[in-house]
Amino acid sequence: MAVPTDRPAATPTRGDQRAARTLATRFLGYATLVFFGLVFLYPFVIQIGTALKTESDAAANPLSPFPDPLTLAGFERIFAGTNFPLWLGNSLLVTVLVTLGRVFFDSLAGYALARLRFAGRGGLFAAVIAVMAVPGVVLLIPKFLVLNQLGIYNSYAGLVVPLLADAAGVFIMKQFFESIPVSVEEAARIDGASIFRTFWSVVLPMAKPALITLTILSFQGSWNEFPHSLVSVQDPDLFTLPRGLADLVSGSLGSGTQYPLKLGAALLATIPVAIIFVMFQRYFVRDANDGSDKG
Amino acid sequence: MATETLTAVATAPGAGPRRRRGGVRGNENLAGWLFVTPVIVILGLFLLLPILMALWVSLTDWNGQGSPFTGDVPFVGAHNYTQLFTEDGLARRDFMTSIRNNIYYVAIVVPAQTVLALGLALVVNNRMLKGKSFFRSAFYFPSVTSSVAISVVFLFLFANSGAVNALLGLLGIDGPEWFADSRGVLHLLLGAIGVDTPPAALTDGGPFGLTWWDWLAGPSVAMISIITLVVWTTSGTFMLMFLAGLQNVPVTLDEASTLDGASRWQRFRHVTLPMIRPTTFLVLTLGMIGSWQVFDQVYVMSQGDPAKTTLTPAYLSYRTAFRDFDYGSGAAISFVLFLIIIVLTLIQRRALAERDTGRPRRGRRRRRVPERS
Repeated sequence: MAVPTDRPAATPTRGDQRAARTLATRFLGYATLVFFGLVFLYPFVIQIGTALKTESDAAANPLSPFPDPLTLAGFERIFAGTNFPLWLGNSLLVTVLVTLGRVFFDSLAGYALARLRFAGRGGLFAAVIAVMAVPGVVLLIPKFLVLNQLGIYNSYAGLVVPLLADAAGVFIMKQFFESIPVSVEEAARIDGASIFRTFWSVVLPMAKPALITLTILSFQGSWNEFPHSLVSVQDPDLFTLPRGLADLVSGSLGSGTQYPLKLGAALLATIPVAIIFVMFQRYFVRDANDGSDKG
Repeated sequence: MATETLTAVATAPGAGPRRRRGGVRGNENLAGWLFVTPVIVILGLFLLLPILMALWVSLTDWNGQGSPFTGDVPFVGAHNYTQLFTEDGLARRDFMTSIRNNIYYVAIVVPAQTVLALGLALVVNNRMLKGKSFFRSAFYFPSVTSSVAISVVFLFLFANSGAVNALLGLLGIDGPEWFADSRGVLHLLLGAIGVDTPPAALTDGGPFGLTWWDWLAGPSVAMISIITLVVWTTSGTFMLMFLAGLQNVPVTLDEASTLDGASRWQRFRHVTLPMIRPTTFLVLTLGMIGSWQVFDQVYVMSQGDPAKTTLTPAYLSYRTAFRDFDYGSGAAISFVLFLIIIVLTLIQRRALAERDTGRPRRGRRRRRVPERS
C-alpha cells in the first residue's frame, strides 16, 4: 500500500487505544455479518429441514432445521399427488424458448440501435426507454385482452410469445455493442460480408459477456415469472412452476397444512436458480450495478 | 480483455472510417429495420396495443363475455374512474382501502429496506473484515429467488405454529395469528396506551368514504408479515447499489478525515453520506416505484384478506377483473396505478439526469484508481 496507515506512534497509550478500537470494530463487524447472515439464510435452512420432516414434526418444531424422523414422504407426495412433473416440464419449455428468443431478438435490436444508421433510430430508442418504465402489474388486464382477442389465450403460444423480447434486454445489448470498437466490423464489411453475417460471426462472438448476462437474466426472469402465467392460461395442464405452487398454497391440496410438501415443492422450484446464482454470480452482480464487482 | 488489441487495430485504417458510401447506407436502413422488427412486433403487439385496448375497456362495462370491441358492450364513459373517487359505494371504499394499505406499506418498506441495505453495504465494504464476498452473496441471494416460492416459505414461517411465533415464544411473547389478524398496528398502539374506543370525531366521517379512524389504522398485523418478507427479499439488491456507490468514495478522503480527528459517526454523516447521495436517491425512488407494484406476495400469502387489510391497488385490479368479472373497473384501477408509478418514475429519471450532467462523470470514475496498491 502506498498510504502509510500508521504514523510513528506518538505515545504507547494512544496506540493501545487504537488497537483496542480496531479489535472492537472487527468483533462488531463480524457479529453483524453473522447475525444478518443467519437472518438471510436461516429461512432457507428451515425450508430444507421442513421439507424432510413429517407433518406433525414440522408443526411441533418449526425452528429446528433437523428432521426427526427424517422422511422423504413430502417429496414422494409432490411427485405422486400433485402435477409437479407437468409444471416442471412446462416451466422448462417456457424458460428455454423465452431465453433463446430474448437473447436473439434483443441482440439483433440492440445491435441495430447501437451501430446501424437507419431512419427513426433515435425515436425507436426513446420508445425502448419509455417501455422499460411500464410496470408489469398494470399489464395484467391488457395482456389478457390481447391474448383473448388474438385467440391464443390458454395456449403455449400465449405463455411464450409475449415474453420473447424485452426492452431492458435490448438496452443492455445496445450499451454493450457501443462499448466495442467499430473497426473489426468495418474490416469485415469492407471484405464484403453482409450486415447479418458481420453481426453473427464477428460481433456476437465479441459480445460474450453481455450474452451471458442476458441469458442468465432471461432464465431467472422467465423461470420465476408469475403474473404473466396468471393471465395467459387457466388450464391446469399449462401451469408453470410458480403458477402450480401458488395453486398448491391456495388450497388445492385438500386436508391439512401439508407444509413439508409445500416447502419441498418451493425448494425444488428454487434449486435451478440457486445453482445458476452460485455458478455465475458475478453476472448477477453486474446486473445490479455496473462493474463494481470487487472482492 | 481483447478490446485493447482491437483499439490498436482501430487506429490503423486512417481517420474518419465511419462515413461510408451511399449504397451501404441504403442497405443499412433496410437492415436496421429488419433487425428491430421482431422486437417492435412483440412489444407493440403485447405491450402497446394491449394498453390501448385496456384504455377502451376501462370506459366500458365489459363482463368478459365475447369481444369487448363490438357495439353490444355498454359504453359508460369515465364512470369507472369517477366511482373510484367521487361516488360513495363499495368500489370507492375498496379502492381507497387498497390505497391506504399501500401507503402504509410504502411508508415502512422503503425506509426499512434503504436503511438495512445501507447498513449491510457499510459492513460488507469494511476493509478490515474477511469473508465478505460470502456474506454479500448470502444477503443478495433472496433477491434472485422466485417470489412465489419465497412467499410459500414465509407462509410457513409466519404460520400460527411457525418459526416466527416459536422465536417470539422463546422471548416470552405470545405471537399473533399473523394472517388472520386484521387489527391495524396504530390502533394496537393506541389500545396499548388506553385508547380503546375511537373518539367520535374520527369515526363520524373522513375523506373518500373512509373514516379518519380507518385511514389512521396503520398496516394490519397481516400486512406486517408481507412487509417483512419484502424488506428481506429486496434489501440485497439495494445493498449492491450502495456498495457500488461506496466504492466511489475515495479511501484517502476517509483517511484524511480520520487523521483530522473525526469520529466514526461524523465521518459517516459528513463524508460518506454526502458522497453517496445520488445512490441513496436512486434506492429511495426505485423502492417507491417497486413497492407500488406489490402483487405476487399478496396473491400467494393473503389474497387481500383479512378484512381487506392486505388489499393493494395491483391486487384489487386483478381481483375486480378476474374474480368479479368487472373488467372495466379493474382496468380503471390499473390506469390510476399506472399514473402513480409513472409520476414516480419521471421524478426519478429527472433526478438521475441531473446527477449525470451535474457532475463530471470522468472525474468520478478516476477516483477509483488510487485504490490500487
